[in-house]
This record gives sequence, structure tokens and C-alpha cells, in this order.
Amino acid sequence: MLKLDGVTKVYRIGAFGGQTMTAVDDAGFEIKPGEVVSLIGESGSGKSTIGKMVLRLLPPTSGTISIDGRDVRGIGRRDYYRKVQGVFQDPFSSYNPVFKADRVFAMIREVYFRGVPDKEWTAKIEAALDAVRLSPAAVLNKFPHQLSGGQLQRLLIARALLLDIEYLVADEIISMLDASTRIDVLNLLADLKQRGLGVLFITHDLALGNYISERTVVLHKGRIVEYGPTDAVFEQPEHAYTKKLLASVPQLHTKWEDAS
Amino acid sequence: MKTEALYFAIRNTKLLVGAGIILVLLGIGVIGPFFIDKPPTEYVGMQMQPPGGEFWLGTNTFGQDLWAQFVHGLRTTFLVGALGGGIAAVIGMVVGFLAGYKGGWIDEILNMLTNIVLVLPTLAVLFILNAYIGVRSAGMQALFIGLTQWPWAARSIRAQTFSLRGRDFVDLARLSGVGSGRIIMREIAPNMSSYLLLTFILLFGGSILIASSLDFIGLGPTDAVSLGLMLQQAHQWSAMHLGLWWWFVPPGAGITLIVGALYVANVGLDEVFNPKLREL
Amino acid sequence: MTLEVDDLRVYYRTLKGDVQALDGVSFPLRDGEILGLAGESGCGKTTLGKALIRLDGRMKHVGGSVTLDGQVLPIGDDAKMNPYRFKHVSLIPQYSMSAMNPTRKIGRMVRELLESRREKLDLDELHNRLDLVELPKDVLGKYPIELSGGMKQRMVMVISTLLNPSLLIADEITSALDVSTQKAVVTTLKGFRDRGFVKSMIFITHDISLTNQLADTIMVMYAGKLAEKAPASTVVNAPKHPYTQLLISSLPEVGVRYADKRLTGIPGNPPSLLKPEPGCRFRDRCPLAFEKCAEDPPPVEVEKDHVVACWKAA
Repeated sequence: MLKLDGVTKVYRIGAFGGQTMTAVDDAGFEIKPGEVVSLIGESGSGKSTIGKMVLRLLPPTSGTISIDGRDVRGIGRRDYYRKVQGVFQDPFSSYNPVFKADRVFAMIREVYFRGVPDKEWTAKIEAALDAVRLSPAAVLNKFPHQLSGGQLQRLLIARALLLDIEYLVADEIISMLDASTRIDVLNLLADLKQRGLGVLFITHDLALGNYISERTVVLHKGRIVEYGPTDAVFEQPEHAYTKKLLASVPQLHTKWEDAS
Repeated sequence: MKTEALYFAIRNTKLLVGAGIILVLLGIGVIGPFFIDKPPTEYVGMQMQPPGGEFWLGTNTFGQDLWAQFVHGLRTTFLVGALGGGIAAVIGMVVGFLAGYKGGWIDEILNMLTNIVLVLPTLAVLFILNAYIGVRSAGMQALFIGLTQWPWAARSIRAQTFSLRGRDFVDLARLSGVGSGRIIMREIAPNMSSYLLLTFILLFGGSILIASSLDFIGLGPTDAVSLGLMLQQAHQWSAMHLGLWWWFVPPGAGITLIVGALYVANVGLDEVFNPKLREL
Repeated sequence: MTLEVDDLRVYYRTLKGDVQALDGVSFPLRDGEILGLAGESGCGKTTLGKALIRLDGRMKHVGGSVTLDGQVLPIGDDAKMNPYRFKHVSLIPQYSMSAMNPTRKIGRMVRELLESRREKLDLDELHNRLDLVELPKDVLGKYPIELSGGMKQRMVMVISTLLNPSLLIADEITSALDVSTQKAVVTTLKGFRDRGFVKSMIFITHDISLTNQLADTIMVMYAGKLAEKAPASTVVNAPKHPYTQLLISSLPEVGVRYADKRLTGIPGNPPSLLKPEPGCRFRDRCPLAFEKCAEDPPPVEVEKDHVVACWKAA
């Protein structure tokens, strides 16, 4: 179980760090293996900051993040990243534009699978690509700009699957994809649950959070305003902010005028 | 990407002309001295000979062969430019990459250092150093130029690194367990390679100009011939009044050509790398 | 009829040849109509929007015409288009946050903009419109940096409609906004039309659910061509083009859960628009494709105001 407890992030801003800005205030929730937790918030809500703290790209100012009861600060980075991985929003920014896209696999190999012979490694990559439903011929040995956004995001999920990951932080991973391909990437994420993976699904899109997750956390200005099973949050929202958000979502078959 | 750059490179007149001039002059400076058997400071014959068949660029008031001086001078000038520019580029990169990537207190300390060197009165420092160090070599001169010219390079590299650091692929490399040094060298630097090349070219040209100015005011190397030194001597021995134009025109033209060609090539390279500047 | 677009073709010049980004699109736009222009990236919707106001350096007008209020727009000629811009055709840019000059106070910027079009500033009218979008009058004495993102967006909306243009183009103006702000922007745009500040509007977006909240008509584009155009409710509830059908069915709505109803996307990718093969451009991904699809399907009006470019639908 991945657990956040009283996690707070305060940024020092201005000259000599004279002022402070609280990006995340006392956030606490947990992700169990085999479930998707969506973290819903608008821009500036601190949702990506939480993602980055879980990925240890940013240190929390206070509070603890633990995995199976162990404080993550006590775990070496390489060991931690073997278990916890991330995929980000912009598929094109996630790849170094001067190199081929499959270099993300090579980087993993260099660090984690140095001794593995080529043949075994190729088989491992093929298995990972198969899990994200990509054909090796279509994606290997290509530059990022030769692939579609959906393929690039799948490739990143495959990259994470090369490791023995237990938790995946998915930060707005489909918000830049086209409607006709995004749902398949989302389904893929949901399928990973069956492998026992815990997913932190960060999004601003309520419909997506509702579609995929078991539990939902609603974040507003750095604070958790609502946290519970997805059904409950969406059907009986308690906080005024959640209600307002739900009323603003454009629904395909209902017009705003008719709803109010 | 690379073929695209090449496509524009071989079609860019500015780059071709600039690089052509540099290559010709570099060729003279590198190969030329092997065909001249006497040292450039030797008194070889008649004094104040105008350019002709025996002495291509004539001789000066002491009877030294000016072609020999020019050829050796080119070599020294290129050497000082490459060495000075190279040292400045290396320091600028190390400081810029570290400050931009690491941020925090490392950035603040390096920034302070950059600013100090930036406002250092270079000439005054050189005068003081000159008083302590008697014999000056071209290498010393290059070292001094390198040690004082890196700050602006460091600043711009820092700014670029800072913006690249925020890109997702850098985070992804960190998630792959890759260390900071490798991330800088293998993720960030390749994205700025064209920019780094341009920086080096500008530093190269700048070093040549500074070296020439130093030579001219008498702070040049004491054990070598350079284009700047030729100019200084021509000035000191009133070549202008004596009508010995062949004494000061070739070194002056040489410096102008090298630096001018470098800048023209630089503008051309900029167009090659920056799609927005390309003329379609 | 405000706008009449006839067989418009706009290509992008690239090193490898022309990209046929907009390849023969025709449609009318009535007075007071809001057209939602929807489609995925690379479908030509942004190219169409740009073509109506300003072609950038790499775009070239290959064929077809655009008629606004009975006058043919010189869209291929940047200088000749100038008198039309802002007065007759206006644009709300995608990043309106950075569309204002940061060194000018907003009031001065508006005045200069009007002067450049030889128009006088009607201060009362400007104040009225600021009221309407709930901006205080004193924003005119402020610099853009002093405004919040939402305020800037509203300010840009007021500025671009100040001369009551016949046609307003809004290109993906909501895609960077939060849902609650999105709703406010869309409601304001509708208000502008209802009050006659703009005669008609083209609202470009990738978000069909959002378009449906605003548009009278939705036009779906695919790979540089028109796929389907119909009244908004028809596109959402009874689309006829297989692409529209699959697209609509792939959209999750609040209330739809993965465990109950698994949605699916459309396999494959749009074709390259660099020398595309003749025929329907959707046929490689289309479950209904048959031999006839090797020929270009012409847009056909299958019922009143419902145009579909598909052999199976006609």
C-alpha cells in the first residue's frame, strides 16, 4: 500500500525566499494494489505536485509518503523506481527529441538490466509491448515525431512494465491525446489493475476519473476537499466545490440549461 | 533532423563563404610554416622591400620576412583563439550546466562567481599579472583570455539548461535511475549542441579580437609572433609614416577576415539550426 | 447568409511537398449561427480557422473561395485582408493570456488598435461590454499583468468583438481552461451572439461535449475534409458518418464506468496528408468500408441541413 500522510509542500518564492506559497496542504490518502485512485483538481490545485512528490522528483516540506509501511526516504532511489513509476502528460515532451523513442527502454536496461543478454532483453521488450498492444515493428527504431501521441504514451507504459512496478503515477496521460485513441489508453490503464498494479490517476477531467477509478480524491487549492469511493463522490458529493465542478462539466447528451 | 540541418547547411551561402575563408586561412597557418625554413624573426635580407617574388609580402625596417611572420602569426592567432575560446567554453559549460540543472544554493554561488568575473576589470588585472610574470607565452595569453571570457557563455547556457530541466524527458531519465552528470551530458547537452557550437564560435572570434588588442597595447606574447604583434611593431616603428603598407595591411586584414568570417559563418549556422530564420 | 465557403483548399508547404491540410471544404454559415468545428488534431479545423483570417507563411491558398457578406475575401493576400480583419472577421486566439502587449495599459492598447483601423472609440459601449463580462471599468487603466488569466481571457473577448464583426473565430480558446472557467467563457460567447455583437461564429474545438453546449450546427472534419455537418443535436444523437458515430461512442461521460460499460476507441491513425491516396480518407479505419470507398465520397445532403460525406450514409 502506498500511503500519503500529512504531505505538505511549501514553496519559497520571491527574493531570498521571503514569501511562501503552499502548493499542497496536509494531503493524506492511500492507494492499494490493484486499484485506481483518481486525483481530480483544476490547474493550480496541486495535483501534479502530489504526483511529483510520490515520484520523488520533489521532496515534501513535511509529512511522509510510505510504501507498505516503510518511509520512502529510507529506500534507495533505484530500488524505489523499480517499484514506482510515472507517465506524464505531454507525450512529445517525455521523449528527448534528438534520440529515437525506444531509447527509454535502453535507459532502463543500462541501469537495471546490465547483465541481461540481448535475446532475453528483446523478449522482455516484446512482452511489454504486447501488454500495451503495440507491435514492435511499428514503434521500435523510430523517432518520437514519427509516432502518434497514443503510441508514445503506450510506449511509456511499456517502459514502466519492464520493471517490477507496483504503483504507477499517471499524470494527465491522456489529456493531450485525440478522443478516438485516448479511451484505449485509458482502458489499458484499467487493465493493469488486473496485474495487481495500483494507479494514481491524476486528471482534471471528471468523466475520465469517474470512468476508471475505484476511489476519488478531489483537490482544491492544495487541500483535499472530498475523498471516498468514486460512486459516492460523484453521486452524493458533499463539498460545495465538488458540486460546482460536477455542474460545470459539459455533458454530451445534456445541455447546461436543461440540467439547471 | 541531422539530414535536414545538412540540407540547409550546404545551401547556406553565408555559412559556405564564412567557413571557406576560415578554412583557407587555417590551412595557411597550419601548413604554411612547414614551407618556411627560417624562424620568422630572423633577419633575412634587404630592409623595407616591397612585396615581390622573393619576399611575397616584402620585408620590414629590420629586414625580416613579413610573409614568414604572417604565416606564423596566423598560426599563433588561431591557436590563441581556439585555446582561449575552448577554455572559456569549457568553464562556461561546466558552470552553466551545473547552475542551471542543480539550482538552489549551487546556482546562487555559481551565479555570484559569474557576476564577479563579469565585472572584473580585465585590463587592470592583466597589467598587474604582467608585472609579476616576465616572459609571456601565447599559451598564457590564451589561458588568461579563457579565464575571463566565460561568464556570458555560462549565463546563457544556464538559462537554456534551466528551461530544458523542466521538460518531462529529464524527469523520465531521473525515474530511470540515471544520475545528474549523465542527465546533463546525455539528455540536456545534445539538445543544445547547435547552441553550444555557436557559443564556441563566438568565443573563438572574441578571443582572437581580445588577443590582438592585448598584443597591440604591448601585452602580447614575448616568445612568439602573432598578427596582433605584427600590427604593434608596425605601429611602433612608424610603418604608416614610412609608407610600408605591406607591414600592417596583411595582419590587419587577416584579423578582420578571420573574425568577420567567423561571425558570418555563425549567422549562417544560426539560420541552419533555427527553422524560424530559414528563408524558404 | 453571412459566410459562404466554397471548395476551399489550403496546403502547407514543406520540404517533402505540400500537405493537403484543407482539401475542398464547402459550407454556408447563416446569420446568427454558431458553427462548432470539431475534429482531431490534423483534421484541418485550425487550418480552416486560420484561412478565414490570416494564412501564415507556410500556408498557401490553392483553390476555392470565401464570401463574407457578399464580398469575396482576398484570403491569399495578407495586405488586402487587413481592412477586413477585426472589423469584419475577428479572432480570439488560443493563448489570449499572452495576446496583449505587456508594456501598454489596456485602455491605450484598445485605443491604438482602433486607430489603426480608423475607428473611433465609443467609451460608453466599451464600458457596457466590460459590465457584461463582469470586468470593472478600471481594468482599462491597468497593465495586462495585473489581470488574472480569466480576466485577460474576457478582456480579449471584449476587444475582438468591439467592432461588431460579422464573423468571429474562436480557436481552441477553452482547451487550456478549467471546467468552471470553460463554462463561463462559453456562456459569454453565446451572450455576444444573442446581443448581436457578432453576427455569426465558428467555434473550433476538439471537445464535442463542449461544442454541443454552444453550437447550433456541428461540423466534423477528418483528414482535411468535411465528414459530417448537421444540427448539433443530430450530430450528438443520430450521426450518420461512421467516423462521427465511433467518435461519439468513444467519449466517456460522468456516470459511465469502466466496469459497467467498456468504451472503445477507433483503431489506427489518420492518413498522412502528404500526397494522400484518392478515396475516402477514413476507409482504413472504417468498419463499413467497401470497394466504392476507393472513390472520393462527395458531401451529400441526406436530410435538411444534414450533410454527410460517406457512400454508406447517402
